Amino acid sequence: MYKGQSGMWAWLLHRITGIGILLFLLIHIVDISLLGFGPAVYNDGIRLFDFWIARILSLAVIAAVLFHAFNGVRIMIIDFLSKGVLYQKIMFYIVLGLAIVCFIPMAIFVIMPLFVAFFHLPTAVNSK
Amino acid sequence: MRISTGYGARPSGGGFETFSWYFIRISGIALIFLVIIHLLVMHVTTDVACTTFQFVAARYANPLWRLFDWLLLTLALLHGMNSMRVVVVDYIRSSTWRVGVLSALAVLTLIFFMLGTITIITFQNVPANLIGPNCVHFR
Repeated sequence: MYKGQSGMWAWLLHRITGIGILLFLLIHIVDISLLGFGPAVYNDGIRLFDFWIARILSLAVIAAVLFHAFNGVRIMIIDFLSKGVLYQKIMFYIVLGLAIVCFIPMAIFVIMPLFVAFFHLPTAVNSK
Repeated sequence: MRISTGYGARPSGGGFETFSWYFIRISGIALIFLVIIHLLVMHVTTDVACTTFQFVAARYANPLWRLFDWLLLTLALLHGMNSMRVVVVDYIRSSTWRVGVLSALAVLTLIFFMLGTITIITFQNVPANLIGPNCVHFR
């Protein structure tokens, strides 16, 4: 720990997002293995990812991946470039900014189907 | 005495720790591309509700997508589990627990690697009348 400076938060966030992504990876390997049981079983698994709670959780995974990816580049710049460590703080803010900028459009794609479903709900029920 | 070079700390002296230090960084570079393409394909160009069996069958008709997914599986699992090993060594002091948890990680890595690899290699398409819808919905 570095007394609450940006280096500590970057390190802590990198570790927490990494553990979270690994946990998701293990779950994801299991749900994809349903492919071996044929279309009906596999599609039932995929159906869960359309559930609104699953879509919100997907956003958390996407945000974690984006931060972890950009901060990974920051770590490599610090490790491999001799002057990298001098810019670690400004790079941390760039990492946060890039993660947010990339997250927003992706989040719109992930969440939009919920709003579409929500506002079309009466017609969807009637059309059954 | 170690004199600072201005470069980040890395394990010196070769061996597994140095190899794993470089492996985490090199696999990380590859994973940035693999994971971002994966996210765009599964959540942007196609909604996740349409990543059904039919969608997988169309993708896996091309063996390069199987190779892509297998690289993603392997690098992500080894990058994650190898990093988890570092986390375990950081927090678990007792040597008994450390050996136990590290062994469990190794076994888990092998099991999940095999499960994922078998899923990718053995995937087979089914006749068109059995393939199911192109999109599914929770409601």
